[in-house]
Amino acid sequence: MMKKNKILKKAGILIVVAIALCIFPFVASTYLVDVAFFFGIYALLGLSLNIVLGEVGLFDLGHAAFYAVGAYTTAILNTRLGIPIFVLLPVSGLTAAGFAWLVCSPVIHLRGDYLCIVTIGLGEIVRIALLNDPGGLTGGPNGVFGIDRPTLGGPLVIDTSIGFYFLIWIVVGLSIFGLVRLQNSRIGRAWNCIREDEVAAEATGINVRSLKLLCFILGAGLAGLAGNIYASKMMCVSPESFTFMDSCMYFCIVLLGGMGSIPGAVIGAAAIGLFPEIFRSLAKYRMLFFGAAMVAMMYFRPAGLWPRKRGGSGVK
Amino acid sequence: MSLRKDNKSRESSQEPNQKEDVILETQKLTKKFGGLIAVNNFDLKVKREEISALIGPNGAGKTTVFNVVTGIYPADGGKIIFKGENLNGCKPHEVATKGIARTFQNIRLFSKMTCLENVMSGQHCRCSAGTWSSIFRTLKQREEERRTMKVAESRLNQVGLWEYRDMLAKNIPYGSQRMLEIARALATNPDLLILDEPSSGLNEEESENLMKFLKALLKERLPILLIEHDMNVVMGVSDWITVMDEGKKIAEGLPKEIYNNPLVIEAYLGKEEEE
Repeated sequence: MMKKNKILKKAGILIVVAIALCIFPFVASTYLVDVAFFFGIYALLGLSLNIVLGEVGLFDLGHAAFYAVGAYTTAILNTRLGIPIFVLLPVSGLTAAGFAWLVCSPVIHLRGDYLCIVTIGLGEIVRIALLNDPGGLTGGPNGVFGIDRPTLGGPLVIDTSIGFYFLIWIVVGLSIFGLVRLQNSRIGRAWNCIREDEVAAEATGINVRSLKLLCFILGAGLAGLAGNIYASKMMCVSPESFTFMDSCMYFCIVLLGGMGSIPGAVIGAAAIGLFPEIFRSLAKYRMLFFGAAMVAMMYFRPAGLWPRKRGGSGVK
Repeated sequence: MSLRKDNKSRESSQEPNQKEDVILETQKLTKKFGGLIAVNNFDLKVKREEISALIGPNGAGKTTVFNVVTGIYPADGGKIIFKGENLNGCKPHEVATKGIARTFQNIRLFSKMTCLENVMSGQHCRCSAGTWSSIFRTLKQREEERRTMKVAESRLNQVGLWEYRDMLAKNIPYGSQRMLEIARALATNPDLLILDEPSSGLNEEESENLMKFLKALLKERLPILLIEHDMNVVMGVSDWITVMDEGKKIAEGLPKEIYNNPLVIEAYLGKEEEE
């Protein structure tokens, strides 16, 4: 009985949240809808980094690189070849995932800080490569302009803030659905085992190497999707959107929300994405407030704003 | 006990005509750390249906032997033969999948996961569901999850920790943590269980229970190899004892023989008597 009530309660909350999310854009101003869109982008990036950093505990401070690969794949293929954005959505995800597989395979055995340094380097290499305009493809510091609005090629085009809002939150919703299921599976448990104790995980029969690669590939794939949507929303991409500071922001999203917690990643994205907007009136000082708030949060809630709760497996 | 059955079929298919009843054998096993020869031409035999003990003074290289056998360190020389198969060069997870489960000297649990999840992780290597089948919950994946849960439940019950299932592993008492680690190893459906000082840190009553537990496992036809310092436990449970000192084997035999072996007393037991 207890269990059934809990499930009903959870389903109820989910439905209320879903309805609120659907009504919100029709009552809010365009500005707020745009803020909510960027909140969605941050949420997707937070969720993607949460796989690597939260579930497996690998310090990835170059996550913007995968985001950039997704965004530039969309930008270049769309402007050069005119491929519709929606067709490029899976393409960007797969390209970013493939890129992650390529660059992470040789370094995946590194532990802790060593891997962290490699990912910082990776993020910088990608950014600088984009700046240097290889083959005249990336447009150097100016980036790529004139990216289309999302369409499949037909008459249906997403060109309003509300459309983009729904697009990103549908992608976030589907990602959450997939990630929750992964979390409660053999894969998710094995990821957590690796985070807790790599040696013991290996001795228990978990293929640490391939599962670590998998987390990078999935995380990069989701970041690639975010890059695609971002590129078509902004209609241009430039290297300054994918700096080390951006990678740090995504890192903070996961730490603030709670490592390995899916609702945490969304809450963390809200904190990082919305806070600067709320304190916009304080102009210069908003980053100061932002920093102070982060310190305070880490002090009072070191495990994150919404840490993952374990147990209550529902076994009778 | 149906769990053991699918194990048995795995076993028999892999070794059609193994004439000896030796399950694990090391031949001239050598491991060097720089200039130090931690394990030196070491021969060890573990028979089916026996509890074997590996003893020796501190720094004799016992744990190194375990780490080489389970693939954590690569061997510098010699052979490791398990069920007639050469294990040299196998990764730890491959060794575990082939049927050797182990515990660690200083307990290594997945401390921020529940006890149930800890034990469930043991079944990881017996399942094959990938990313997509986990997201879409295919029939096969659900079947595997059910089996995992069943194995975990029976193993937790076996060590008497079912009531702790929803607690984080780091929050249960020390003695229970040791048993949980054994349960996790058992959940891989092993053909050989390797225990590194299972009784260290346990009180007398807990050691006593551990001994009973190990003997019961043997009745399940699960051979055990253990490193142990507590002589009561060693003499109490082992059928065969190998003594190691400075990387070499100095004696082996029945517990009685070892107890009276002057070489062993000099290297190991002698120190105990002085105290």
